Amino acid sequence: MDLQSYQTDGFWDELFDVDLRPRPGAEQLVRRLAAFSHGELADRQKAADKALLTMGITFNVYGHEAGTEKVWPFDIVPRVIDAAEWVMIERGLKQRIHALNLFIDDIYNSRRIVTDGVVPDWLVDSGKCFRGPCAGLTPPRGVWCHITGTDLVRGGDGRMYVLEDNLRTPSGVSYVLENREVMKRTFPQLFEGQRISPVENYSEKLLAMLEYIAPPQARDPTVVVLTPGIYNSAYFEHSFLARQMGVELVQGSDLVVVDKTVFMRTTRGLERVDVIYRRIDDDFLDPQAFRKDSVVGVPGLMEAYRAGNVALVNAPGTGIADDKAVYAYVPQIIKYYLGEDAILPNVETFVCGEPAQCDHVLSKLEQFVVKPANESGGYGIVLGPRATREQLEECRARIKANPRNYVAQPMLALSRVPTVVGDALEGRHVDLRPFILYGEEIFVLPGGLTRVALVKGSLVVNSSQGGGSKDTWVVHGPSRSGGAASAFAARPGTAHPPAAAGNS
Amino acid sequence: MLSRVADSVYWMNRQIERAENIARATETTLDLALEGTVDHGRLWNALVCAFGDQADFWTRHGLADQSRVFDFLAFDPENPNSIYRCLQAARENARTVRDMISSPMWEEINKCYLFVRSASAARGGLENPREFLDDVKRASQTIAGATDATMSHGEAWHFVRMGRLVERADKTSRVLDVEHFFGPKEEDARDAVQWSAVLESASALEMYRKQYGAVSRRNVAEFLVLDRAFPRAMHFCLIKAEESLLAVTGGTKGTYSTPAEQQLGRLRAALDYGQIDEILGESGGLHGFIDTFQARLNNASDALHTTFFATRPVGKPSDGQP
Repeated sequence: MDLQSYQTDGFWDELFDVDLRPRPGAEQLVRRLAAFSHGELADRQKAADKALLTMGITFNVYGHEAGTEKVWPFDIVPRVIDAAEWVMIERGLKQRIHALNLFIDDIYNSRRIVTDGVVPDWLVDSGKCFRGPCAGLTPPRGVWCHITGTDLVRGGDGRMYVLEDNLRTPSGVSYVLENREVMKRTFPQLFEGQRISPVENYSEKLLAMLEYIAPPQARDPTVVVLTPGIYNSAYFEHSFLARQMGVELVQGSDLVVVDKTVFMRTTRGLERVDVIYRRIDDDFLDPQAFRKDSVVGVPGLMEAYRAGNVALVNAPGTGIADDKAVYAYVPQIIKYYLGEDAILPNVETFVCGEPAQCDHVLSKLEQFVVKPANESGGYGIVLGPRATREQLEECRARIKANPRNYVAQPMLALSRVPTVVGDALEGRHVDLRPFILYGEEIFVLPGGLTRVALVKGSLVVNSSQGGGSKDTWVVHGPSRSGGAASAFAARPGTAHPPAAAGNS
Repeated sequence: MLSRVADSVYWMNRQIERAENIARATETTLDLALEGTVDHGRLWNALVCAFGDQADFWTRHGLADQSRVFDFLAFDPENPNSIYRCLQAARENARTVRDMISSPMWEEINKCYLFVRSASAARGGLENPREFLDDVKRASQTIAGATDATMSHGEAWHFVRMGRLVERADKTSRVLDVEHFFGPKEEDARDAVQWSAVLESASALEMYRKQYGAVSRRNVAEFLVLDRAFPRAMHFCLIKAEESLLAVTGGTKGTYSTPAEQQLGRLRAALDYGQIDEILGESGGLHGFIDTFQARLNNASDALHTTFFATRPVGKPSDGQP
């Protein structure tokens, strides 16, 4: 297969440098791809698509007929991360989650960070995901954000940035595991002779974490996964994780609270539940405590939680650290609690809740990416440079009506990965969502979910909007001469051999 | 296990078994229709009646003929008992209990649904209806095999089995009752053809022959109602369903502690001591017997529901609780 005609088009490519030499960790993969005969790539892609269909790996799309299931779009060319770079990413994520957990605990208790003027009080109190009923609470083992999916992007400068912190109910980890499975089924040769970090132990780590944070009185804790049901966009993942852990997948109607204790209704009567990995937003968790119209929640659940009789994962109220306006303060938050500089930088972010920053955004709206502070799944995002005049005006009106709810970031030149188009490869933009578990210690699943915008030129990687995914390999190569963390130190547009890297 | 899950697992298997039985009976009818001696209208009408959806069929489609009945039973999205709808429902149930069933089971159910869905999309131009029906039967049996070989034979599996067996007992009784809808009997060669077809509809012809040889109405009825060893005989289904029920409750045969055990045990016992000549000689005849059997089987299924699946209220339900 001819790789020399591949175009990087001036973007940072994850597989090739500007001279089309493989980046560190990708040498083996590129060698194998180059050896492909005509038509083989398309055949393999077809085989993978068929495997996904048969395995029933799907997601639901909202805004369509109920139950519209789509097969998870998957691209067979993996995204490679050099193990040396991964070490840095892992350290950065652990640092960030550690600080964010301290932040959440502080916000609902002594609020030192507000008193000390590092984070303004209006920012916290006006947060859509701030939960008054959680004030004064400390969850079992002091952990709030048990499961996080942090979105990372690599800019045109080759650096990894944190784009979003997802601390509510991040989804996608099941696809990490299934993508690897599909790759092994359809493309075993690619793995030969490589040292790739395994991902298969995630479910065990997850279960261990869930059991660790159980209320102390539960000796042999019963763990369940709580789903809103089969029409939820992430239902596949809910059932997948329950199955992998061997625990019950329950719906709200399966649970009942009696005397501040949670039970599930079984064929043999009521059975006590100690830990709930809930995939339902705070708002819908308990109609007695939050939204009264919730039909997927469990009445009385918060009472049981307050009484310390059940652990909820993630803890209610965690979403305050998921707020995109709070995100802008995370570097200061890390500095405040840990006394360290952030290892993984933020993307430059303007908080419209701050009048001066808001004016700046409104004056150059067409240059910014505007995001609602509390949406997920890519909903409500306006890409200034690609928006029509009407869309910009609409956006401007929305910001003015509720500035607190918007942030703006510069448009990023997201890095690209070669992606199958017919029988050839073309660059497509990607991001990366690693998954982090916080139990007895902080664990980062090697790699994570690489989401790819399958539409040419598109920057939208969300599965609900035409995105797909790739297997993500953390590759341990034979030791090379020179520094290994090349990608971190790379400068934009400069071609240099991997060995020329310094330290970032 | 969760009540809701037990319910879904039970129905998932009833739906798959239902699709398989419809496929088998339809295939037999296609066979009969190939021979010129039978009245096609009556033949296809009898098939619709056997499954009990004649009112819906007549309202929406009018007179029965091969293409209408085939489409109604195989693909009609408005017929809740069409093969397509059964498998759609089964897959939906499988999705809700995806965490309880094994991946091989799920993949077979998913594949089966996808295949029926694509056949249904091309329904008008289906080239070979027999091949389609054959594939449905084979898929159902593959799912059953995957279930037995890859799912722990614990509580959930027993609900799977009960679903299969209760549905199968019902369908065998319906196939046997087809003479009632076909009209007056004639003691001639056609009678043997018809009863052979009944056996075929229950995949029972070969096993029957080993036991009885020649085909007669009495012996076919005896085999399909009372046989203890043939897996599609009504009696066999009840014996095995009760075994599973007792495995779930921990009860013993002959006693009961739940409505489900009482209802199913009573029905099984009636067959334990039943005699075919007595059944055929009763005033209602075979049809009357089958009618009563189906009603009691429904009661037993309802009793399973109240015993295991119904989400029983706990204490005083608070406001707003569904």
